[in-house]
Amino acid sequence: MHKESEIRDPLILGNKTYHDISKDIARPVEGKANKYWWILFSLSAALMLWGFACMAYTIGTGIGAWGLNKTVNWAWDITNFVWWIGIGHAGTLISAVLLLFRQKWRMSINRSAEAMTIFGVAQAALFPLIHMGRPWLAYYVFPIPNQFGSLWVNFNSPLLWDVFAISTYFSVSVVFWYIGLIPDFAMIRDRMSSKVAPMKKQLYSLLSFGWSGKAKHWQRFEEVSLVLAGLATPLVFSVHSIVSMDFATSVIPGWHTTIFPPYFVLGALFSGFAMVETLLIIMRKVVSLESYITIKHIEYMNVIILLTGSLVGTAYITELFMSWYSGVEFEQYAFLNRATGPYWWAYAIMMTCNVLTPQLYWIGAIRKSFVWTFVLSIFVNIGMWFERFVIIVTSLHRDYLPSAWSMFSPSFIDIGIFLGTIGFFFTLFLLYSRTFPVIAQAELKTILKSSGSEYKNKNNE
Amino acid sequence: MTKEKKYWKGLAELNNDPIVEKLAQNEFSEEIPVNEFLGDSDLGNGSTSRRDFLKFLGFSTAAATLAACETPIQKVIPYVVKPEEVIPGVANYYATTIYDGHDFASVLVKTREGRPIKIDPNKTALNARIQSSVLSLYDSGRLRNPMKAGVDSDWETVDSDITSKLNEIASKGGNIALLTSTIISPTTEKLITDFSEKYGNVRHVQMDEVSYSGMLDANESSFGLRALPTYSFDQAEVIVSFGSDFLGNWGNTDCATQYAKGRNPKNGTMSKHYQVESTLTLTGSNADERLQIKPSEQAGLLSNLYNALNGNTADSRIDKMVSSLKSAKSSIVVCNSNNTEVQILVNAINNTLGNYENTLTLSSPSYLKKGNDTDVTTLVSDMNAGNIDALITYNVNPSYTLVNADEFNTGLTKVGLKVSTSLYMDETAINMDLRKGNNEDVAYVCSDNHNLESWGDAKPSHGEYTLMQPTINPLFNGRQFQDSLLSWSGSNTKYYDYLKNYHPSNWEERVHDGHYSEIDEDIPMFHELDVVVPSFKLVKSEGIEFEVSEKISMGNGSQSNNPWLQELPDPLSRACWDNYLTMSATTARDLGIKNWNVSNGALNGSMVNITVDGKTLENVPVMIQPGQANGSVSMAVGYGRKNAGKCGDGVGINAYPLLNGGVANITIVEGIHHEFAATQLHHTMMGRDMIVKEASLTDYIKDNKAGNHSELYHTHDGPKKASEVSLWDEFDHTTGHFWNLSIDLTSCIGCAACVISCHAENNVAVVGKEEVRKSRDMHWLRIDRYFSSDMTEKLSEKDKISAIDMYAEMEDPSGTPEVVFQPVMCQHCNHAPCETVCPVAATTHGTEGQNHMAYNRCVGTRYCANNCPYKVRRFNWFQYSDNDKFDYNMNDDYGKMVLNPDVVVRSRGVIEKCSMCIQKIQEIKLEAKKDGTKVQDEKAQTACSLACPTNALVFGDVNDKTSEIQKMKKDDRAYQLLEHLNTAPSVFYQTKIRNKA
Repeated sequence: MHKESEIRDPLILGNKTYHDISKDIARPVEGKANKYWWILFSLSAALMLWGFACMAYTIGTGIGAWGLNKTVNWAWDITNFVWWIGIGHAGTLISAVLLLFRQKWRMSINRSAEAMTIFGVAQAALFPLIHMGRPWLAYYVFPIPNQFGSLWVNFNSPLLWDVFAISTYFSVSVVFWYIGLIPDFAMIRDRMSSKVAPMKKQLYSLLSFGWSGKAKHWQRFEEVSLVLAGLATPLVFSVHSIVSMDFATSVIPGWHTTIFPPYFVLGALFSGFAMVETLLIIMRKVVSLESYITIKHIEYMNVIILLTGSLVGTAYITELFMSWYSGVEFEQYAFLNRATGPYWWAYAIMMTCNVLTPQLYWIGAIRKSFVWTFVLSIFVNIGMWFERFVIIVTSLHRDYLPSAWSMFSPSFIDIGIFLGTIGFFFTLFLLYSRTFPVIAQAELKTILKSSGSEYKNKNNE
Repeated sequence: MTKEKKYWKGLAELNNDPIVEKLAQNEFSEEIPVNEFLGDSDLGNGSTSRRDFLKFLGFSTAAATLAACETPIQKVIPYVVKPEEVIPGVANYYATTIYDGHDFASVLVKTREGRPIKIDPNKTALNARIQSSVLSLYDSGRLRNPMKAGVDSDWETVDSDITSKLNEIASKGGNIALLTSTIISPTTEKLITDFSEKYGNVRHVQMDEVSYSGMLDANESSFGLRALPTYSFDQAEVIVSFGSDFLGNWGNTDCATQYAKGRNPKNGTMSKHYQVESTLTLTGSNADERLQIKPSEQAGLLSNLYNALNGNTADSRIDKMVSSLKSAKSSIVVCNSNNTEVQILVNAINNTLGNYENTLTLSSPSYLKKGNDTDVTTLVSDMNAGNIDALITYNVNPSYTLVNADEFNTGLTKVGLKVSTSLYMDETAINMDLRKGNNEDVAYVCSDNHNLESWGDAKPSHGEYTLMQPTINPLFNGRQFQDSLLSWSGSNTKYYDYLKNYHPSNWEERVHDGHYSEIDEDIPMFHELDVVVPSFKLVKSEGIEFEVSEKISMGNGSQSNNPWLQELPDPLSRACWDNYLTMSATTARDLGIKNWNVSNGALNGSMVNITVDGKTLENVPVMIQPGQANGSVSMAVGYGRKNAGKCGDGVGINAYPLLNGGVANITIVEGIHHEFAATQLHHTMMGRDMIVKEASLTDYIKDNKAGNHSELYHTHDGPKKASEVSLWDEFDHTTGHFWNLSIDLTSCIGCAACVISCHAENNVAVVGKEEVRKSRDMHWLRIDRYFSSDMTEKLSEKDKISAIDMYAEMEDPSGTPEVVFQPVMCQHCNHAPCETVCPVAATTHGTEGQNHMAYNRCVGTRYCANNCPYKVRRFNWFQYSDNDKFDYNMNDDYGKMVLNPDVVVRSRGVIEKCSMCIQKIQEIKLEAKKDGTKVQDEKAQTACSLACPTNALVFGDVNDKTSEIQKMKKDDRAYQLLEHLNTAPSVFYQTKIRNKA
């Protein structure tokens, strides 16, 4: 009796050989950019420059250039900050947590997800800096020895925890990313001709740190990756927990909530995966990686989005329940006001995009569709931005004393800076897609052979 | 640096003519060592290399950068010869008097290094405008020189011109008119008499912008004395006011002090205050019972009241008032009417109630208002008839304030000699100089001195004198009116000597004290009222009625170039930099008028054209004001100045033309709307009764803790107060000082004197209308005002209204609201939410109970402001000083002189807030240390507590067992704002008690 085990669907399509992979990954670096790349790049760069101009204007004249007021002292600035930090989360989860869980499908997407993390955190890090009234004194937030007497930072302040959390996260992410890049840079170096592009070759040699692919190199590479994955895993949970404490440790109704740390982490993963999808769906087209980033990847991520989205929805409902159950009129009002007050539309957008539309992923056809996924991922990005806006602005604008109640409306500088960071992010990402190996090819090659279908097909011929 | 190109200056040089060479040699002994400087000997031969170019570029960039980095140096120059009385860093106080024709106060002026910087009360209480007058002193828009025919002149020319013209007029037997504000200075009165004697045919006309003529005339006909009685609001058991805003603009600042004195619930008694009015005034908002009527009903209701007191049946609306008045031992009835007949009726009511020489004293009358409408009307018609040859004005601005200003302006063209004595090139001064009539007529503007630059005296009431002394040398080439009068009268005496001669005994002591009492002649006691009591029918007109009002900030508009006052929010509407038509929500709905909030919360309103008595004001914004009687509208005077200065010009609309009120015709102007700047956008407490705790007097007598029972929380240990279940480590406040501030909400009348006092003391920035509209006012101390709503939690429970609907309805204030005022500044929490969240520890806790703010350390994350449950922290969104975009006093070399050198002017990007006047605390601590004594309780004052006319704010050290504050802290009425948060503030409030059943 012949019983043949069912072979899993291959993670890489198109009957690629090892050499094909090298070629495909190196193509964007070695070749010329296509039309789409240039269009996207010009658009992003223009947005970025506009954003920089708005930031310069803010620093030149004062935070008054934004729409903030005496009651709402944070709005788009911190909304953007939390949004970008959240987006970064998927990268670390994919590269660290999924590595520890030996999820091999991550290999096609981890490099770009990590790049997204780093570029996202870079955008996020801009906001704590520029939202300061006196950004030129930003070094005051670092516990550095000084000549001001016994002047030290305030370790009680969640903002200070943010400083440590973000800088740790950023540095670990960069190191982790870079370690993974070394064998791939070496691959590009090796393919480069020193006659055609001597400068490039020199650059990639420098970047690859003398990688020669020895067994010892591989052994160390694996070890470091594992150690860093172990280090990065708690960061996935710590960073956004700490960001949430900016709100959770305060006394403002709507902020002062113990549910925030897990709620924020889930929200971050939710938004992070959505952004990974948005980027990858664009990228697989722009740099022709259709064989590597397949509907399978998209489907896996959609499942995660469905899960985290539902959990986030549960958190929203828990918040509502707790405010009612607490019996505190300030809490009750804060949540009633969110849903029915002047910013009801923001709450409605948040609920729709984060709780309702991701439920469409229960339907297989939608879960396995690039178009649907792309649209819904944009929905999630918008919804999660509004989640932070709702938390920050609707809690602040009507807190304890009705005499101080106010509203917030963004100035064009607010909008310009936000668009600018989107431009900056995409500029970085597009430059990355043309200069970096966008898929961890060295790792990817390890799963090529695990697909036995090719061998079987050959035998059947 | 490239030398390849050769330039030649002429053909001779090109052709190497020897003469050229010779000349060149003569000019320079040797060639300029360019090459040496450039450092490369072969440079002269070729071009500058790229390297050199970069070197030079780098050097010059670095040099320019370094040069630009230098901090601007501000020099502090020491005294070469130090004035004996000035110690740098130590304030000197001078007792003086402020009287601008409208507000009177006996004050103490704080001067630093010769500059007056703050006005504190001396004998009388202060209001916001008097506090602000120190900034008006430094108004760079003031006149610098006397002016002749619109151009700067000098005093000799002006004096000789005026004297010769006056002599000419006098010799021809012409008429000279002096149009002044009420003159309360006895020496000035005497000077005017001297002047009249010199020239003959001099007519002295006094005017008040908002006139009390009717009342004065009524008193004249009732008692033969044209003066106002002195009121004792503290002695009255029942106070009835028909429209008179005696806590605001009617009467004097002491009314508020007396009023609060008579309303201390501690004694178990409080005066009962009824207010009958159409426009919600500050006084009305403090009343126990308030009745909204149309202005036309006033006379009828008064008649009704009079009849009821004499045994007839009353209007059911005033039943309660009548029975209160009847049963009270003492009472006061006041009325704002300018109708003589109505005021006679009021006199009769007071007489019936036996109030004269009890709560209304005519034997020591008040002289603060003397204006006479008839005289003014006659003067204007005489001017138009060409019967006035010379007009001298002083302290008045009739071209702006007269109801018939146009007529006055026309009359001016027929006057030969026109002299205006004023601080400003105001509307009257400008109109005098239009030279429309006889071309030979030339107008003179005599630049006056500010009160703080002048000598003077005042007799506010019978037997009471106050003295005015200069606190600074005149800033400009001005001269006070009295010196001008002396000069024009041909006298060589200086006014100072004249003044000193008038108050011969104890001159120095009296100047030092600023006031003295001396009764020179007795006024006969009033006995019997001998007039026919007029009677009015209760009529109510169908149309919408208009009346004018006065704002606590702007008053008559004479200080409208004062940015502090412009930005002082109206206590009731909370709007600033504006006047507007106030209207009830019902009337507005009927007319289709709306107020709405735009996306950043700012308030917009419809605009209307209003016609009253044939005069139309166009494009008037409408503010929906709870408490405004249906079918009535009102508008504040003091706005719409054309020649006030850079701050006051074009703010609001001039309502003086409608001064007399009447039935209004209102039409909406479609397509445009007005943008208001309000500091409070939400008007009700939203059912949060713990914010302003209230109880009725009856309940309070039964239980002193009425309305002030702390909420208890369930713990494993049984129910406990929030403060007893704390995770905080307590600060040890048992030793040393522990500064606390008590705010009595029963006494607080919402007058905003404290707000301006805080501005002056703490260099609070003015940000302008646009920024206030963006909710970015910088007030360290704000007075929250809440209106009651018709919807309450109890009602919603009873009627089964959902929470969403309940809150929606709670947002709307009642049409007949109860009003509360709550001053809120930094609460100086001992468990401060702001302190824990600052990443750089810029805000920290002091050992004496204050929450400190280190501006130098602040990086401006604004986290503290977000986490402040009281929202008292203010962020410097822009650089507010030395910035042309904020062209107020901090962008002006004169205006900056008012800054308190003890308080830093904050830069952009930092948070600021109330410091509990730490500089004042430090000062008294140092003084006590120097003297080797303890800090005395009475010396411990913050700017706000010092300014409060009703003593609602009490500041002190609770560790001082003799202090008033420690008694206040133990009072049953004391509570902390948002106590359940356990922020443990050092500021606490006292429950508001209303005299209600």
